[in-house]
Amino acid sequence: MIEIKDLHKSYQMGKNALHVLKGINFNVKEGEFVSIMGSSGSGKSTLLNIIGILDEADQGSYTLDNVPIKNLNETIASQYRNKFLGFVFQSFNLINYKTALDNVALPLYYQGMARKERMERSMHYLEKVGLANWAKHLPNELSGGQKQRVAIARALASDPKVLLADEPTGALDTKTSYEVMDLIQQINDEGKTVLVVTHEPDIAEMTKRIVFLKDGQIESDKLVNQIRASQYV
Amino acid sequence: MFSIERWQEIFEGLYKNKLRTALTGVSVASGIFILVILLGAGNGIQNGIQSQFEKDAANQISVWPGVTKTEYKGLGVGREVQLRNADYDLASTLFKDYIEYKSAIFSVWSGNIVYKKETGTYRVEGVHPDYQFIENASIVKGRYINHSDNSNYEKNVIIGQKVATDLFKNGEEPLGQELNVSGMIYKVVGVYTDPGGEREESRVFIPISTAQKAYSAGDSIRSMSFTMRTSSDFDTAVAESNEFTKKLETFLKARHTVAPDDDGGIFINNSLEQAKNIYIITGGVKAFFWFVGICTIIAGVVGVGNIMLIIVKERTKEIGIRKALGASPFSIITMILQEAVFITVIAGFSGLIFGLVVWEVVAPHVEADFFTRPEVDFNVAITTLIILIVAGAFAGFVPAYRAAKIRPIVALRGE
Repeated sequence: MIEIKDLHKSYQMGKNALHVLKGINFNVKEGEFVSIMGSSGSGKSTLLNIIGILDEADQGSYTLDNVPIKNLNETIASQYRNKFLGFVFQSFNLINYKTALDNVALPLYYQGMARKERMERSMHYLEKVGLANWAKHLPNELSGGQKQRVAIARALASDPKVLLADEPTGALDTKTSYEVMDLIQQINDEGKTVLVVTHEPDIAEMTKRIVFLKDGQIESDKLVNQIRASQYV
Repeated sequence: MFSIERWQEIFEGLYKNKLRTALTGVSVASGIFILVILLGAGNGIQNGIQSQFEKDAANQISVWPGVTKTEYKGLGVGREVQLRNADYDLASTLFKDYIEYKSAIFSVWSGNIVYKKETGTYRVEGVHPDYQFIENASIVKGRYINHSDNSNYEKNVIIGQKVATDLFKNGEEPLGQELNVSGMIYKVVGVYTDPGGEREESRVFIPISTAQKAYSAGDSIRSMSFTMRTSSDFDTAVAESNEFTKKLETFLKARHTVAPDDDGGIFINNSLEQAKNIYIITGGVKAFFWFVGICTIIAGVVGVGNIMLIIVKERTKEIGIRKALGASPFSIITMILQEAVFITVIAGFSGLIFGLVVWEVVAPHVEADFFTRPEVDFNVAITTLIILIVAGAFAGFVPAYRAAKIRPIVALRGE
């Protein structure tokens, strides 16, 4: 699903170039549940941004579902993001003047789907995350956990190949975090490829593979026995 | 661009940000409002001037002779042309279809006028009865010169109000009194007033036949004046008076053997032509109002552009989210542009309507010289609307471009 070879990325910080990713080799097969860990500055968010086509690598190759991601213009990039990827952010990033349902429907709007179908489908995903009764509520009427579940529903709405979650539990308390992880695990159980960036070991333990990043290089990459979040909920 | 979906998206955005939308609209609305008011005022001034000229005997054509400047048919340069009664009589008959009022004039620039111990120097003019209307004079007491005065060489005089107050002190009744005008005794039969004020009222009028006799002028006249019959509209009036002027000039030059291209022999002044010049000035005033109005709109548009920039800044994160979810740069540009155009047009339209309503209410109460019927016509409204749409697009362009340049990764980071 994801093939990354010898990926380099550096940022220009004033006069100094900051070499963030120093040759990453990394593959993810379909249906995998991977967590990327590392201290801040290790390059884990940069890697996720490149995988999410929000940023571009300086060197190396990146293939997503057999499509090479290279030198895309903004329009193509936005189409690929829409088609291939679902994003979940630490700060939820819901549009605050749109209802939960409209937020979920947004990626479908950009696919050009007709309103009726869009709404039905969004409703289906809201049901899936258990928020059907909150469809007409605005984000500021929802709790943190509910917001993140709306964001997950939104990420799933366009039926992406890969779900990318950047610190999805970073702004949530432990109990809510586990609830959200339980949901993500269920999504993975259905066969969706999931990548999670986190610095919390207990969250990483709930995935099936942990990749450690240190100073822009992969320090370790090992499969783990998944701990089900449901046992804590 | 015209999909219902996109409009829904925009309406939602605007509706959820009511205050911001309203504030943005106000600057444009006031700009258009001011433009409409200015244009209405411009029309008012134009209509006012027009009606002034239609009301008065402004369609006046005066003829006076001069000195030839070119040789013609063996006659030398510097020959003085002398108009005579026959010129006036012939012209009056020949061009009677054009003419409403007509008068020949024999005038003396300074006539010494004495009443008892009071004395003064005034202009003395021998005229025909129509001259009252050409001069736009109205009678205060008594009467004006009449036809029998002229045919009987009556020694009657009509004096201006200024002359009356100068000579008849202590409220003495001028009518019926005898005046010594340049050594001859005339009887005062009328007092007139003239809208031209004191200068115009410092004159006395006597029958032209009497004047020619008194000043031993034979059948010579100094000048003649005509007014045109009223025409259906101003442009026809100008055209007809120009036509008449042309014919009269040709006729008189032929009679007096003046070269057709000689601009010294015969002078003809066409007051309507002057009126036309005033219209040109009015046109200038209107152009100026347009200019000010457009500048006001530009100010409004810059305001909208500015606010849209702030909106884009404020919505950076939202735009970033949209892009992360698959919004193309084009869809972002059209979203911002459409929003700007929509706000401008709606706000501008309310300004336009408001301006029209104000004129509708105010116009009937406005009645002053040189200012009547202020109004804005349909064409102007349409023009303003087009200006609005263009302005909206301009206002939205820079912000939309900025928005399209937003990188989702930057927009989503700042936490």
